[in-house]
Amino acid sequence: MASRYRYIEAIEKHAGLLGVLIAIMVSIGGLAEITPLLAKARAVEPAPGYAPYDALRLAGKDVYVREGCQTCHSQMIRTLRFETQRYGDYSVASESVYDRPFQWGSKRTGPDLARVGGKYSDEWHRLHLLDPRRVVPDSTMPAYPWLKDKELDGADIQARMRVLRRLGDPYTDADIEGAPAAVAGRTELDALIAYLQGLGVRNASTTEQEIAQ
Amino acid sequence: MPRRETYNDRVVRLFLLAAAVWGIVGMAIGVLAAAQLTWPALNFDTSWLTFSRIRSNHTFGVIFAFGGSALMGTCYYVVQRTSHARLAFGRLAMFTFWGWQAACLLAMATMPFGITQQKEYAEPEWFIDLLIAVVWVSFGVVFFGTLARRRIKHIYVANWYYGAFIIAVGLLHIVNNLAVPVSLTKSYPIYSGMVDAMVQWWYGHNAVAFFLTAGFLGMMYYFVPRQAQQPLWSYRFSIVNFWALISVYMWAGSHHLLYTALPDWVQSVGMVFSLVLLMPSLGSAANGLLTFNGSWDKLETDPAAKFMVLALVFYAASTFEGSMLAIKTANSLSHYTDWTVAHVHSGSIGWVAMITIGSLYAMAPRALDQPAMHSRGAMELHFWMHTAGLLLYVAAMWAAGITEGLMWRATNPDGSLAYSFLESLVAVKPYYALRLLGGLLVLGGMVVMAWNLWHTAAYARANLIKPILVPIPETIPEPAENQFPPPLPARG
Repeated sequence: MASRYRYIEAIEKHAGLLGVLIAIMVSIGGLAEITPLLAKARAVEPAPGYAPYDALRLAGKDVYVREGCQTCHSQMIRTLRFETQRYGDYSVASESVYDRPFQWGSKRTGPDLARVGGKYSDEWHRLHLLDPRRVVPDSTMPAYPWLKDKELDGADIQARMRVLRRLGDPYTDADIEGAPAAVAGRTELDALIAYLQGLGVRNASTTEQEIAQ
Repeated sequence: MPRRETYNDRVVRLFLLAAAVWGIVGMAIGVLAAAQLTWPALNFDTSWLTFSRIRSNHTFGVIFAFGGSALMGTCYYVVQRTSHARLAFGRLAMFTFWGWQAACLLAMATMPFGITQQKEYAEPEWFIDLLIAVVWVSFGVVFFGTLARRRIKHIYVANWYYGAFIIAVGLLHIVNNLAVPVSLTKSYPIYSGMVDAMVQWWYGHNAVAFFLTAGFLGMMYYFVPRQAQQPLWSYRFSIVNFWALISVYMWAGSHHLLYTALPDWVQSVGMVFSLVLLMPSLGSAANGLLTFNGSWDKLETDPAAKFMVLALVFYAASTFEGSMLAIKTANSLSHYTDWTVAHVHSGSIGWVAMITIGSLYAMAPRALDQPAMHSRGAMELHFWMHTAGLLLYVAAMWAAGITEGLMWRATNPDGSLAYSFLESLVAVKPYYALRLLGGLLVLGGMVVMAWNLWHTAAYARANLIKPILVPIPETIPEPAENQFPPPLPARG
């Protein structure tokens, strides 16, 4: 009898052994699911014409992240008929390789934004972000009036681009040097609108972009 | 003659107080957020009061500030009692208290001002993450240090769960928060896009698994037998469930990303493991509930037991629901809708908050040198407010979620979509108002609990509490190999 449970007993009476076994058991699942993805991500070549965010859109993306827009808006059109019918072609992994953090979202209190670019005018976005109920009376979205008052800081954007380049995003020296000029005199609101107008458009191939324009 | 030793309950009492305060703060922010979804004017056009910025204050406040304080406090209480030893490294234990409170305060004070990583349930920026990591490692040192000096050779199962909770959350926190800072207030994660999504939901799902499940199961495995005054229904079953739970949970994170751009095989693996997870989840719930066998009359006399029983029922219900929602077909309806919100809250208000409240009511009088809580009537009132609020909240969000899911996929006979997105939002607005009412009831119950705790602690505030002596067991000789007759089998 005693010997049947000897090994179990050893775990139950040794805190160190228990700790090590726990660490092993909890690591297996993550290793099995995440490591292959890392290898795959490295293998994926950027599609032609697939550039990282330009300075203004990068600033806009970071405003989007800071304000927590992904709390209510996903950027992930699922592979379901009623999703593609409502929002457009389903999203693919290569569309979000420059998103740190990823923006797929987990809840839609508002609609998906993966392909919102070009669907509304810049002026519509401006009015909507400053006072959503002026253009959509039933909306429950908060207003973001402070975005129009804050001008972008070119040096800050450059610092961000340098960090992203260290992480592997292919920014050139010219991209980084040109950043202050690209954002000069623009507000956070301008940047956010530029980002939104690029969603689903920016990543399309060159011909599709031409058609869209 | 062994040295006289006392339990370190001071740090336990501090965590108890912090849990009560953070519970009210976190839930009050939740009520505000719910009100903002009903009346957008309540955003006041003020950046740091806006829904999208304070939503993470609600989730961080209840999960890490309220839940974390309750977990660390009960962990210190339980590991001392089950080891018959005083907490190791008293000063380090005190540091874990102040360090954790500092991290929570910093996080709560920075997130509304846009200093955030915006990774769900891992929002605080890199400098707060570093502080959390240091506190967490210290917590592990105190816990395993106490286990190392235990006088009971066998490690009680509650400590297994607390141990897994500490190890796994440390691992998850560090891997998910790897980032390169741009400045003090901004950093970029080292992962991007699809990989970031997988790492994030490996973290997010297992924050639920190890923070909100394993940790609280540790609480359950000590306080439920204690309050039922029965031995655990099956000790062996609890160990089997333990290994199954901690290993299977880690595989299930990808069920948060079904039908997305994540590779299909990862989605399918996540779905399968989510279904396997049913067994240890329901097993743990059954083990806790069956422990009440022979003591079901306590439900009439002891509100703390009532909280625990309903907590276990909701644990079973919400983990069952979780596995069902991980099935791809069901997920295509529920994902991105308020059904997810219903599921999370049946787990958090039902299981996590109720097992915590039950354990607090069981622990507080003992830690505060009182025979019982100040008012039994207030405990009853709290139970009914909490239960009514929970049911109202969850039912409203179920209705909202299913409404959204069905409206988004509805098509006309010609194949075109039947409803605009806005129509689905308008349709769920009444449910949002009901949800607010449910949240208010739960918050009100927490205020009642705080009032009750305050009065229970009156004696402790006025007098120096006599520390409780550690019972030093006599050494029991190990049974010799091939002893005859063999030693009596342990019960259960």
